[in-house]
Amino acid sequence: MNLKLKIWRQEGQNDQGRMVDYQANNVSDDMSFLEMLDVLNEELIEKGDDPIAFDHDCREGICGMCSLFINGEAHGPVKGVTTCQLHMRSFKDGETIFIEPWRAKAFPVVKDLAVNRSAFDRIIQSGGYVSVNTSGNTLDANAIAIPKPNADKAFDAATCIGCGACVATCKNASATLFLSAKVSQLALLPQGQVERKERVTKMLHQMDEEGFGACTNTGACFVQCPKGISLENIARLNSEFRNALLS
Amino acid sequence: MSKLNAQSPAGPLEQKWSNHKGHIRLVSPANKMRIDVIVVGTGLAGASAAASLAEMGYNVKAFAFQDSPRRAHSIAAQGGINAAKNYMNDGDSVYRLFYDTIKGGDYRSREANVYRLAEVSTSIIDQCVAQGVPFARDYGGLLDNRSFGGVQVSRTFYAKGQTGQQLLLGAYSAISRQIAKGKVTMHSRHEMVDLVVVDGKARGIIARNMVTGEVERHGAHAVVLCTGGYGNVFFLSTNAMGSNVTAAWKAHKRGAFMSNPCYTQIHPTCIPVSGHHQSKLTLMSESLRNDGRIWVPKKKEDAEAIRAGKLKPTQLKEEDRDYYLERRYPAFGNLVPRDIASRAAKERCDAGFGVNKTGEAVYLDFASAMERYGKTQANLKGLKNPSKEEILALGKIVVEKQYGNLFDMYKQITADNPYETPMMIYPAVHYTMGGLWVDYNLMTTVPGCFAAGEANFSDHGANRLGASALMQGLADGYFVLPYTIGEYLADDIRTPKIDTNHPAFETAEKEVKDRISFFLNNKGTKTVDHYHRLLGKLMWDYCGMARSKEGLDYAIAEIRKLRDDFYQNVRVPGKADRYNPELDKAGRVADFLELGELMCIDALNRNESCGGHFREEFQTAEGEALRDDENYAYVAAWEFQGDPGKAVLHKEELNYDFVKMQQRSYK
Ligand SMILES: Cc1cc2nc3c(=O)[nH]c(=O)nc-3n(C[C@H](O)[C@H](O)[C@H](O)COP(=O)(O)OP(=O)(O)OC[C@H]3O[C@@H](n4cnc5c(N)ncnc54)[C@H](O)[C@@H]3O)c2cc1C
Ligand code: SF4
Ligand code: FES
Repeated sequence: MNLKLKIWRQEGQNDQGRMVDYQANNVSDDMSFLEMLDVLNEELIEKGDDPIAFDHDCREGICGMCSLFINGEAHGPVKGVTTCQLHMRSFKDGETIFIEPWRAKAFPVVKDLAVNRSAFDRIIQSGGYVSVNTSGNTLDANAIAIPKPNADKAFDAATCIGCGACVATCKNASATLFLSAKVSQLALLPQGQVERKERVTKMLHQMDEEGFGACTNTGACFVQCPKGISLENIARLNSEFRNALLS
Repeated sequence: MSKLNAQSPAGPLEQKWSNHKGHIRLVSPANKMRIDVIVVGTGLAGASAAASLAEMGYNVKAFAFQDSPRRAHSIAAQGGINAAKNYMNDGDSVYRLFYDTIKGGDYRSREANVYRLAEVSTSIIDQCVAQGVPFARDYGGLLDNRSFGGVQVSRTFYAKGQTGQQLLLGAYSAISRQIAKGKVTMHSRHEMVDLVVVDGKARGIIARNMVTGEVERHGAHAVVLCTGGYGNVFFLSTNAMGSNVTAAWKAHKRGAFMSNPCYTQIHPTCIPVSGHHQSKLTLMSESLRNDGRIWVPKKKEDAEAIRAGKLKPTQLKEEDRDYYLERRYPAFGNLVPRDIASRAAKERCDAGFGVNKTGEAVYLDFASAMERYGKTQANLKGLKNPSKEEILALGKIVVEKQYGNLFDMYKQITADNPYETPMMIYPAVHYTMGGLWVDYNLMTTVPGCFAAGEANFSDHGANRLGASALMQGLADGYFVLPYTIGEYLADDIRTPKIDTNHPAFETAEKEVKDRISFFLNNKGTKTVDHYHRLLGKLMWDYCGMARSKEGLDYAIAEIRKLRDDFYQNVRVPGKADRYNPELDKAGRVADFLELGELMCIDALNRNESCGGHFREEFQTAEGEALRDDENYAYVAAWEFQGDPGKAVLHKEELNYDFVKMQQRSYK
C-alpha cells in the first residue's frame, strides 16, 4: 500500500517544530509501524536528507521506549499495544497518517518524535521503592505468604512500562495513572507497608514539581494505556493519600 | 605461558566462595567515600551492581544509552529466573543446579564460578521479594515455580511472561533510591565510546552525551562493564535494537581479552522473518515447548504444497506429520535443550521440509494439548460423550490461561490465530555466552576493569540453560562484584581522585572526536543498516547454527572486504553536536564489523562441536555434536593486536575436579 505521512519535525528542544509531508510507498501489511519508518529513513539518508528521530528499543512492547501519537491517539488505533507492536495491516491504502511526539510540558522534545521522560524517573526516585539494602540475609522469600488476589493485583499494577501514553492522552497532562500503578503495587504488598504514607505523599509532591497536571477523572489515560493499567489504581491512590493526610 | 590466572580459590567446592569472600580485604567506610566507581550499563547486572556499590559507600557514576535505567534490554526477558530453593520439594539443591549448568554448558565453564552462581541463587529470590517484586504465587500465597528446558526439576521463578521486567524494575527501584540519596549519579542517554587506561589500570571512560553530542571524560578508580550481549552482530536477533558490543569491544582493544566469542545461543522458538524490512525477531517463550509439539510434513510434496498455499497444516493427517524431536530424542522430546532443538529445525528446513514462504519455518502445534486438557476438563465436569468441538473448546480455555499473552502477541505480529492453526517458528539468535574474559573476581585482563552479566563469558560454557541469564546478572551485580571489587580497590585507597587531564584521557578523547568527524564527513552513499544487514547475513550463514572451515574462511575474507567498503562508502547524516541516532549506530556497526571477524576466527580455531558451536566436520554418524575434550577443554581468550585478524589466542585450561565430563545425551 501507499501512504501519505504528516510527521512532526523539530531540531531540538528549543527549536520551532512543524509538520512535514512524506510519502511511504510499497508498504507491506506485515511491517510494523516502526519498520515502515525505518524504510522511510533509509530512503531519506540515501537522498541526503535528515532521518526522522524516534525512540524505540525492545520492539516487543515492554521497554516503554517507543512513543508516537498516531492520528491523534497515543500508540495509534489498536488498543492494548504499543507503537512498536502496531502493524501496517491496521491501515488502508491511500490513507494519510499524522505522526506526532508525546506533548506535555513535563516531556520536552529531544528531537522530532523523541521526548525526554526523565520526570518519570524522578517521580520514582522520590519514593517508588522499598528501602531495603542488598545484604544476602533478608527474610526467606517464602516467610511471608501473600494472598494470591493481592499478589495478582500488585503484579497487574507493576506491569506499567513507563511509556507516558497516559500523560500524552490526558488533557491535563497528568501522570496520575503512572504514579498510581507504583503506589498500588507497593501498597498491596506486605513489604511496602512501612513507607506507605510517606511514599504516596512524596510521589504526588514530585509529580506537581515536574509540571504534570492534576487528575480530573476523565479516564482517557486508561483507554490508551497499552498495558491496561486500570482506574482502580487511581482510586487506591486517592484513598492512600487520604489515609496519609488523616494520620 | 598463559597470562591467565583464573584466581579460583582452592578447597572444597562448597567452601570456595565463603572462604574467598571471608578473606577479601575490606575498604573502610571513610575510604569508600573517596573512591569512585563507574558502572556502564544499568540492566539487571549494572543496576544491581550500582545500587549495591552505592549502599556500601562507594561513589557510583552509572551510564546507559536508553533514556532511563528501567528500559535496559533485560526488561524483555519473559520466562523466568532459576534458583535452587527446592520450594517444590522435588529434590533440587545447590549441587543439582550447579551440575545442570555445567552439563547444559557442555563442560566448557569454570566449576568454581558455576558453583558460586548456584549458591547465591537463593539469596536473589529473597532480595527481590523484599524489594516488592511480584512473582507468581499459588493459592496458598507461596511462590510458584515452573520447569524449563534441559532439566528435570521445577526451579524457575516467574512473573507471568514478564519476569525480566519485574526483576529489572526491582533493580531500578534499588538504583533509584541511591540516585535520590546522591550516591549514584545517573547518566542516561550516554554511550560509552572508549575505555581509558592509565599506567596499565582502567581509570575512566569517554562517553558521548547522545542528546547534546558532547564528548565527555569520566574518571574513576575502577570501571565495571555491564553492557549486555552482542547478538546484534547478526543484525536480526531477539535483542533490543540498541544492544551492542561497543563498550566491551573498546575494552578489548585496550587490552581486555575476549573469550569464546563464537559461543552463540540460537533460540528455537521465534517468529520467522517476514520480509526484507525485518528489523528484529520476536521470541516466543520456551515455556511453549512444555505443551506445543514441533513438526514438519513427512513428505516433501506436502511441504511444497503448504509453501505454495495449496494445503493447510490442519488438513494433514497424523501419519503424514514428522514430529522430528520426538522421533530423534524420545527421552526429552520437545524439551531438548535449545541448541539441539534449533539445529534439528534447521536440518529439516535445509532438507526441504520448511513450511512458510521462505521455507524457513516449522510448526509448533497445540492441537494435542488442547485435546488432552479438554478431555481432563470434560471428565472433571462429568460430561458424558462430549463432542470433539466441546473438548477442544474446554482445552482452549486451559491453554489460554497458560499462554494467552504469548498467543495474543503471535496473533498481533503474524495475523494468524494459533488456537486454530499451528504457530510457525524458526530459530533466531538470542544470547551470547562469549564475552570479556574475567577471573573469579570478575576482573578482566585490564586491572581495574570488571565485567558482569551477559557482557562477561563466565558461567554458561558453550550453552546457557533457560532462565539462567537473569540469575547470573543479578548474582554478579548484587552478590559477587560488590565484594570482589574490594580485593582490587583495597590497594587503591591512596589514589586520589582520577585526573581527567591525564594525556591518556586526551588521546582517547581525540580518537573519539576524529572518528565522529570521519563518519560525518565521509561522502558515502550507503546507509549504516545496509552494511549491518550484509554483515548479519554472513554471520548467520557461516557462523550461525552450523559452521565449517570452508564457510568460515570465506566469511572472514568477506567481512574484511565489507569493512573496507563500509569505511569508504558509508553515509552518516546529521551533526556531531545533536541528537543523532545514525551516528551512534555507525560506531556500533563499525565495532560489529571487527567482532564478527573474531567470532569466525574463534569458531575456526575450535575443531570440535560443543553447545551452541556446531562444526559440520565434527559430528557423530547420527548428526550429534562431537566434542573433543582432549584438545579443546579450554576457554579461548583472544588478545587484540591491532587488527582482529591478528588476535593472539591464550588458553585457560578447564579442570573438572568435582564433575566428570560426559557426552551430553538427551535421547
Ligand atoms: C527476548 C529475550 C528473552 C529472554 N528471556 C530470558 C529469561 O526468561 N530468563 C533468563 O534468564 N534470561 C532471558 N534472556 C536473557 C537475559 O534477558 C539477558 O541475558 C540479561 O537480561 C542481560 O542482562 P545484562 O544486565 O547483562 O545486560 P542488559 O540488560 O542488556 O543491559 C545492558 C545495559 O548496558 C547499557 N549499554 C550497552 N552498551 C552501552 C554503551 N556503549 N554505553 C553505555 N551504556 C551501554 C544499556 O543501556 C543497558 O543499560 C532473554 C533475552 C531475550 C532477548
Ligand atoms: S500507566 Fe500505562 S500509559 Fe501510563 S506509563 Fe504506565 S503503561 Fe504507559
Ligand atoms: S520499543 Fe519497547 S515498548 Fe516499543
